[in-house]
Amino acid sequence: MNIKDRVIGIIAEQAVLEPSDVKMDSTLEDLGIDSLGLVESIFAIEEEFDISVPFNANEPQESDFDISSVASIISGIETLVKEQS
Amino acid sequence: MKRVVITGAGTINSLGQNVQDTLGAMREGRCGISDLEFRDVDRLAIKIGGQVKGYDPETRFNRQQLALYDRFTQFTLIAAREAISQAGLEFSGELAARAGVVLGNSGGGMTTLDDNYRTVYEDGKNRVHPFVVPKLMNNAAASHVSMEFNLKGPSFTVATACASSNHAMAQAFQMVHGGLTPVMITGGSESMLCFGGVKAWEGLRVMSKDGCRPFSANRNGMVQGEGAGVFVFEEYEHARARGAEILAEVAGYAMSSDASDIVMPSKQGAARAIRGALRDARINLTEVGYINAHGTGTAANDKTESAAVADVFGAHADNLMISSTKSMHGHLIGGTGAVELLACIMALRDGVIAPTINYDEPDPECALDVVPNEAREAKVDVALSNAFAFGGLNAVLALRRHS
Repeated sequence: MNIKDRVIGIIAEQAVLEPSDVKMDSTLEDLGIDSLGLVESIFAIEEEFDISVPFNANEPQESDFDISSVASIISGIETLVKEQS
Repeated sequence: MKRVVITGAGTINSLGQNVQDTLGAMREGRCGISDLEFRDVDRLAIKIGGQVKGYDPETRFNRQQLALYDRFTQFTLIAAREAISQAGLEFSGELAARAGVVLGNSGGGMTTLDDNYRTVYEDGKNRVHPFVVPKLMNNAAASHVSMEFNLKGPSFTVATACASSNHAMAQAFQMVHGGLTPVMITGGSESMLCFGGVKAWEGLRVMSKDGCRPFSANRNGMVQGEGAGVFVFEEYEHARARGAEILAEVAGYAMSSDASDIVMPSKQGAARAIRGALRDARINLTEVGYINAHGTGTAANDKTESAAVADVFGAHADNLMISSTKSMHGHLIGGTGAVELLACIMALRDGVIAPTINYDEPDPECALDVVPNEAREAKVDVALSNAFAFGGLNAVLALRRHS
């Protein structure tokens, strides 16, 4: 499975949805993932790819990691996997 | 001052996963202590405990809930659901705004702590699940009860080691008694039965390897248990107006501090708490028919507690019954007073006195009627519940039969 599908799988599990219901332009809010759900998803992503995601829940906008949509999250993870491998 | 009654009770512990099964086990004098089952138990010297067995959290909670609920929180919610359902209360409007939840607990989410220390220290991982803190904090159980039942009044957790639940229930009583709120949810829970939890207790050399035998001359230590007990404390007129079933009346309490030693109990401190509870509840010595003892099964506690009871009651000490149900469910530490309150309710309401099981040999230093090995039928008007904690913090509750 590629990075995109693995990330979608994690987000879908957190949102209790089928992966097919997770669209690239969905926001976490659209998917019903709250702030606690977000940190849990980031943990699951870190575990899955063995990477460290720079994200501070106090200032999500200031983080280098863009969580504004599923697409931006996937692209961020792809970059991090490349940088940290 | 308002009268306070108990209108709901709930529990899960090694004797049963509800009140009915637990009281049934106490009646039969059944022992809930068995071989511990968890990771690395083979590295422990103490391998027995009052562990809740045959429990499947997934039948009680969904995946998201389980990600946030340590075992002590799960137990608390199960007991709270039973108690509040029995009371038949719904919390909304003014009642919700005033009612709160005060619970006793000592160790917090010990299993969560143990699992995650293992992750970072033993497995060498540098990442832990984000919910470690909200799971292990020892107010988590009180908070989740407040959220599940919409309790918006005063809520907090009391930590006084083995007296935590009694201190919590005394506090809840005081709030209803003083008119602050018509209803409080109270009790306590504990779940320390994991490798690190038992290993820490082993260090103190007070644990028995083979069983809990309170007041018996051959006793050799305490045995730990786990679980929760939760009650609905309700203002009497409030309960009567809605036709609620009253299980017993909470008549008073007292708390005292030994101010002497971090682990050794004191006869004077215990006696002051017992005397204080009688005075607070305006109970004559001779009215007391049953005492649920702290009765840990350690050499020190049982003789000190017996001496304190003899000291307070004088000649009446020979007429009253005193039993330790820890012989059956083990010592639930911060949750113990809550589960033991069930034995007081059974004595008052059902006229059945739970026994002290595993009683083999009389000890001249514990020369009281400890209701050895078999439950007894007796009409009891007043029951006391003793809790004397490490750190010398004592709390005794006084209950009356409701007729």
